Amino acid sequence: MSTTDTPAPTGAAGDGAVPPVLVRRARLLGGEETDLLLAGGRVARTGPGGSLEAPDGARVVEAAGLVALPGLVDLHTHLREPGREDAETVRTGSRAAALGGFTAVHAMANTDPVADTAGVVEQVWRLGREVGLVDVRPVGAVTVGLAGERLAELGAMATSAARVRVFSDDGRCVHDPVLMRRALEYVRSVDGVVAQHAQDPRLTEGAQMHEGVVSSVLGLRGWPAVAEEAVIARDVLLADHVGSRLHVCHVSTAGSVEILRWAKARGVDVTAEVTPHHLLLTDELVRGYDPVYKVNPPLRTRADVEALREAVADGTVDVVATDHAPHPVEDKDCEWAAAAMGMTGLETALSVVQEALVETGLLGWADVARVLSSAPARIGRLEDHGRPLAEGEPAHLVLVDPAARRPVTPEQHATQGRNSPYRGMELPGRVVATVLRGRPVVLDGALVGDEPAGAPGAS
Amino acid sequence: MRHLLSAADLSREDALELLDVAEEMAATQAREIKKLPTLRGRTVVNLFFEDSTRTRISFEAAAKRLSADVITFSAKGSSVSKGESLKDTALTLQAMGADAVVLRHSASGAAHRLAHAGWSGVGVLNAGDGTHEHPTQALLDAFTLRRRLAERAGGDPARVLEGARVAVVGDVLHSRVARSNVLLLETLGADVVLVAPPTLLPVGVGTWPCRTSWDLDAVLPDVDAVMVLRVQRERMGGGGFFPSAQEYTRRFGLDGRRLRLLPDHALVMHPGPMNRGLEISAEAADSPRSTIVEQVANGVAVRMAALYLLLAGEDAA
Repeated sequence: MSTTDTPAPTGAAGDGAVPPVLVRRARLLGGEETDLLLAGGRVARTGPGGSLEAPDGARVVEAAGLVALPGLVDLHTHLREPGREDAETVRTGSRAAALGGFTAVHAMANTDPVADTAGVVEQVWRLGREVGLVDVRPVGAVTVGLAGERLAELGAMATSAARVRVFSDDGRCVHDPVLMRRALEYVRSVDGVVAQHAQDPRLTEGAQMHEGVVSSVLGLRGWPAVAEEAVIARDVLLADHVGSRLHVCHVSTAGSVEILRWAKARGVDVTAEVTPHHLLLTDELVRGYDPVYKVNPPLRTRADVEALREAVADGTVDVVATDHAPHPVEDKDCEWAAAAMGMTGLETALSVVQEALVETGLLGWADVARVLSSAPARIGRLEDHGRPLAEGEPAHLVLVDPAARRPVTPEQHATQGRNSPYRGMELPGRVVATVLRGRPVVLDGALVGDEPAGAPGAS
Repeated sequence: MRHLLSAADLSREDALELLDVAEEMAATQAREIKKLPTLRGRTVVNLFFEDSTRTRISFEAAAKRLSADVITFSAKGSSVSKGESLKDTALTLQAMGADAVVLRHSASGAAHRLAHAGWSGVGVLNAGDGTHEHPTQALLDAFTLRRRLAERAGGDPARVLEGARVAVVGDVLHSRVARSNVLLLETLGADVVLVAPPTLLPVGVGTWPCRTSWDLDAVLPDVDAVMVLRVQRERMGGGGFFPSAQEYTRRFGLDGRRLRLLPDHALVMHPGPMNRGLEISAEAADSPRSTIVEQVANGVAVRMAALYLLLAGEDAA
């Protein structure tokens, strides 16, 4: 890819006029070569490859050989701010997201303070706006302080400037069945959804890894599949009973897939996500006790990985969501039991999806657009994202070079986290450009310019 | 041998060599002057993040009898209790010139991390990591078993344990001793059966190289040795693994009646410390067929062999 004409525009989203961009000969959803003229934050015109002329002052992006997808939407990101700025900030997380091809991310609520009030979600939302590289959509906590005891002010968060639609105690399960029922019922009034972290707390006390053959040998306390499956089974029945919408976070077992398949066949309004790491990695990796593989829910078996891939292919699992969970080095450079759970994922998600689902023939690029963009946007009620790349639609897009292959080097990532489980692996695909609202934020695989200096504190 | 982290690290040849060296070490321990000059000038650090008087003393005695300088770090009263991480402790020891670290830690895999995380280049000997492994305990058990069975039947010491039938009874789930013993005895050709209530067998045990049973009475008449494991009440948290101590003792305790179900030659073993009256009765623990005190004595010889192969072995190579 090469670019010509005007210099890179800088400034936060919404800053003045963005020069038009002509994307030339991109393969739309992996199909025909298409020209896309982006202007005024929208797709102004489309035409067959090589058919459109660049208007005066337009930047031309030569995209022959690249696949164009709508900007990716992550339904599950930990940006850590406020409270754990040593792990990640909205700024560093936004940079990582843009480089990974995302134009919108849902920032999980387990910050410090917890995002359980309108004030905190508005703070996160505003930080995202100031950075301006992706649309940061805060997730609100279901219960006050994630304590699982009483509902947070879901309505206040929904009607705040952050317009929260996804509510989750992620990291903790809304375990109390009555509280879960009330949450499911209550969010209907704001067109919201409860995103459940399905983990029975009693069955997973002190759990360190998937309970099975490997845990038995390693002497690490097991996290049994049933602890996830039992909660999902209860929740789909609850959602059915009260007629609510339910989303299940990071589904990790073959049994969960069966329950979801059954629930969907029954007509329950349930959606589910799977992480990239659960589509590629297994508990066999834990044998070396390297905590980079410590994650919740844990890495499962090969049979689970296969079932999850099939579930994405047949639509039982709707979304691939990163569960990007950066940690400072000291939280991973220790013995297994002392280490934090979680893996980075924003900058590798698309490559892992290509490796696990595209190269295996399970998904085409149009399906990738569905699981990484349109479905998560629909679940999160992001009307402006996950739209088709067609005239009049918002100009959020990503250009991917599917022929590239490169080793993963966490030190080169924009996230502050170095805890990538793919270190040293060679993965296919490379995000070449990311365009947010018609403005290229990533070009040639690098961030364009930089965020405005001194952004924090700006209005 | 660079490290000794798991019984699975030992090939049959490695294990037999270690047991043979331990025999030589044991022979020196019968002499009036027990000290050997082998590791003079080498520094062995005993790093004990978890209390374990008997294992610590055993390693201390082993290192001292090989003339190594021994430094013992216990969690209590050291920087470890002030929150220093395993990594920083490792860097400190490296800086002080330790040649080998004997590590006891409550986290499974701690020895593996210390050896392989890139923190230091010191040789690591696993003296028990969480509920994972305790390889020198398995080696001393195998040493004891081999000696006793050879005394009775004679034959090639390399083959004495082939086909030997060993029951390991009790809290397998939380036992690093059981894991190491299953692996080592399998390597040496023995036939192991684990006996425990289903709640104290890990999910996945079906893939281990051994059999399992819930019926101790049925197993005892066909074994050459029964190893009784300590019921680790401190690891049982909320409990509920069995209804009561009394019921455990009735179903899985080695008492006088069960002692008499054993063949005449069969041995009674226990890694210690014992809960007398829970998993083993005084009659069983103190019977002539009990090797429990002998196991402790053999522990020193086996740990001398392990330290020797870890430290002097690298010079020979």
